[in-house]
Amino acid sequence: MLEVESLAFGFPGRIVGKGVGFSLAAGEVMCVLGPNGGGKTTLFRTLLGLLPPHGGAVRLQGTPLETLTRAEVARRVGYVPQAHAGTFAFTVREMVLMGRTAHLGAFAAPGARDREVAEHAIDSLGIAHLAHQRFTEISGGERQLALVARALAQEPLLMVMDEPTASLDFGNRLRVLERIGELAGRGIAVLFSTHDPDHAFLCAQRALLLADGRALEVGAPREVIRPDTLRRMYGVAVRVIDAGNGLHVCLPEPR
Amino acid sequence: MRRATLAYVLALAALAALTALAFAVGRYPVSLGELATLLAAKLGAAHDTLAPNVESVVMQVRGPRVLAALLVGAALAAAGTAYQGMFRNPLVSPDILGVSTGAALGAVGAIFLSLGVFATQLFAFGGGLAAVGLVYWIGSRMRGHEPMLALVLTGVVIGTLLGSAIALLKYLADPYNQLPAITFWLLGSLSTTAPQDLAVAAPFALAGLAPMLLLRWRMNLLALPDDEARALGVDTRRLRSVVVAAATLMTAAAVAVSGIIGWVGLLIPHAARLVVGPDFGRLLPLSMLIGAAFLLAVDTLCRTIAPIEIPPGVLTALIGTPFFLWLFALSRRGW
Repeated sequence: MLEVESLAFGFPGRIVGKGVGFSLAAGEVMCVLGPNGGGKTTLFRTLLGLLPPHGGAVRLQGTPLETLTRAEVARRVGYVPQAHAGTFAFTVREMVLMGRTAHLGAFAAPGARDREVAEHAIDSLGIAHLAHQRFTEISGGERQLALVARALAQEPLLMVMDEPTASLDFGNRLRVLERIGELAGRGIAVLFSTHDPDHAFLCAQRALLLADGRALEVGAPREVIRPDTLRRMYGVAVRVIDAGNGLHVCLPEPR
Repeated sequence: MRRATLAYVLALAALAALTALAFAVGRYPVSLGELATLLAAKLGAAHDTLAPNVESVVMQVRGPRVLAALLVGAALAAAGTAYQGMFRNPLVSPDILGVSTGAALGAVGAIFLSLGVFATQLFAFGGGLAAVGLVYWIGSRMRGHEPMLALVLTGVVIGTLLGSAIALLKYLADPYNQLPAITFWLLGSLSTTAPQDLAVAAPFALAGLAPMLLLRWRMNLLALPDDEARALGVDTRRLRSVVVAAATLMTAAAVAVSGIIGWVGLLIPHAARLVVGPDFGRLLPLSMLIGAAFLLAVDTLCRTIAPIEIPPGVLTALIGTPFFLWLFALSRRGW
């Protein structure tokens, strides 16, 4: 589905990271971990085709990313940005409908089928009661779910989520992670970043550890999220504890 | 959607009533009955039994002026609607990129060179396009900045420069012949509009309106952060350049006809958004209807409430300022 090969990424004139390679299959969830400024967002923007790569290759279903138009990328890759308040008071329904843009002609407005897809996306995230409310007036957690619904309305094969749990309360975090598991269950490949290694244990089959723009390790969360890798990334002493039922949690090493 | 339909119907009704009123009132009053007879006669449904000066007042004097008010009001409101969405800022007016200042410099230059009325309009139109072209060219070369911010800042700086050029020309202009003409133009007026002005300006305004109507859905996505709109499949660079070109054509055409009339492009989109929400496809028609009705009402007041004509720009500011402050206080939670 997604293949990344010795990718060098960054802004025009400045390389942020290089040598990143991994692949992601349909229905697979990969969690990207790394310190602030480690290059997570820049990597995501490159995978979305928003920044040109400095080297290496990104392929979607075997097709090089740079040969696809913006609309072609948008029909394959859904993007869930960090929740923002927005400027104008679009309703949640209007916001989700915007996910259909890449499926429409340049001069077209959404039709009956687009509305159906949007409604379905809204329903499947359990936010039907918010559909008529203003995006500017709902809570941060609700906005995050609305943005996931919008990405879902793109009918993507891959969903890229930039810190979907940031600024959410405890309950909303778990709910968003649960939704990520459901998306994967429908065959969508999910790539998400987080600051909490526990989230990788909760819903990801694979983890990518990114530090100083390089892939420290790629693999199953249980294998790559270890005290030594966490110390290398974050510079803190951490224990990884088996909580039973296949769950693991990270706790600070007592001094 | 029902709310939007109701808003359209009300706005259309108000526009029709105002148009009839604008034809009726003035130094030579024309009754509604006379208007109806004239309309019927023009449609070939009745025999023209009116005094010839009624027809000349309606057709030659008030007709072009009413049409100009409708055209300029609708064009300014449409351009303002597009810009407020694109700049993600409800306080933006159509002249943010310098179209009005450029047009003013063109017009003032033509008056300074004593080139005549038609050349003044031509220079105003060209000056507006040239100013925005320059701002866009410089602004889009500011790499590494948020593109909208780069455009706005460039617009402000270039606008200031053009403003000093206008000030210089005013200083150098002949204080008896040229300066009053310059002042008159800068205040804006519809009193001298001739039918041929409209015939020249209308096609440009329509050429600017067409892409806005066609791209009405996509316009909404410009309200999102740039990365998001692109990730949703929109080539934002290209779309923005189309919107700037369209809004500039409309504004320059309007300003060439009327001179600078402020507030319409800032206030009207804002008011319309409060009624139907931010969806561009619903917002644009209502904004244009209200803009046309508003400027027609203002211009009609301008020529009837005092023995001398009041510049419409003065009246729009007088109405606009308190109305805007009221709107601002009213809408605390998002636009």
